[in-house]
Amino acid sequence: MVNKDQYILHLADNSLIMGHRLSEWTGHGPALEQDIAITNISLDLIGQARNFYQYAAELTGNNATEDTLAYLRDVNEYKNVLLVELPNADWAKTILKIFFFSAYQYFLYKKMIVISDERLAAIAEKSLKEVNYHFRWSSEWVIRLGDGTDESHQRMIKALDELWNYTGELFMSSTYELIDVDLIKDDWNKKISAIFSEATLTVPTNNWAHKGGKEGIHTEHLGYILAEMQFLQRAYPGCEW
Amino acid sequence: MIVEKNISKQYILSLLEEIPDPEIPVLSIVDIGIVRNVIIKDEEVEIIVTSTYSGCPAMDMIKVNIRIMMAEHNIQHVKITDQLSPAWTTDWMTDAAREKLNKYGIAPPNLKVTDAVKCPLCNSGNTKLISQFGSTPCKALYQCNDCKEPFDHFKCH
Repeated sequence: MVNKDQYILHLADNSLIMGHRLSEWTGHGPALEQDIAITNISLDLIGQARNFYQYAAELTGNNATEDTLAYLRDVNEYKNVLLVELPNADWAKTILKIFFFSAYQYFLYKKMIVISDERLAAIAEKSLKEVNYHFRWSSEWVIRLGDGTDESHQRMIKALDELWNYTGELFMSSTYELIDVDLIKDDWNKKISAIFSEATLTVPTNNWAHKGGKEGIHTEHLGYILAEMQFLQRAYPGCEW
Repeated sequence: MIVEKNISKQYILSLLEEIPDPEIPVLSIVDIGIVRNVIIKDEEVEIIVTSTYSGCPAMDMIKVNIRIMMAEHNIQHVKITDQLSPAWTTDWMTDAAREKLNKYGIAPPNLKVTDAVKCPLCNSGNTKLISQFGSTPCKALYQCNDCKEPFDHFKCH
């Protein structure tokens, strides 16, 4: 019998690391409205992560809290997919990451609202509304950039080339996952294709999938993220303000 | 200090109606749908709240303000419970609350998502979306094509 808390940590870690990456744009957005948009999305995701961590902490017991789970686990205990830990690079790559991830969350949460665990269903119900917004916003940007100028189109092609092979992992279920993510792959592909065709982008056919994140085997990037995110708690244990 | 026995749910709600939302002070936390229920058992007052958006940063402050309000009125035993489901929706916002928002200069959430967002200043429906995100997670930024003024819209959720 697999512990449910592994699954919940995976869901929480996905949202937290993605939220954290997006927060790196704070003050650096290409225009004020986009800066605000990205930080709002980041805030939504961190809020969702908190809901999941609080639940995981209750199930873990042993004085675990949302904070001990977020700040005191090391790289090999984090279960997020590799896609969310990749660097933001330029606006095109960030947009594409949000687009792929929010579409995945959208279909996943749609399944989760009817899961037998009431708490997870409630978190999914709340998160779904926000994720829907993230998906709509990022779809519009994918179209704007893909079917934009020569430069924006080239940047999207480069981003696609770098990110595509990280999307496969989203649909490879780990033993602890309560929802078989293979079930949402077709819906996800259809959505991506529809938006790509409007954006004059081609869906790649090379389906090699980088993986390992769900089992705690990460790229070199996660270490740096956690070092920055966790430094304060590690240097001053138990600090509060 | 004598603690008032037999405190009613109505009384507690009337106190909670005095607590403004920190970001949109024209609305109380009851108006905005954050307070979901008040349950009084023996002498414990349980206040059930739900957050608007998952990451709403005002929730901690709202809870502190609830505790302060209760303490100021000698209500000793207070418990605040978070409720996730049913998920917060702008459908819960009363007409009175929508009217308050409009007067304050924020276009209220529409009853139907397809309705035009009206300018709270000149009432024109000829408005355009500038950004789906605004100064708080619940607002979007619009501009009126007629009077040219920008304004916030409380998003339908």
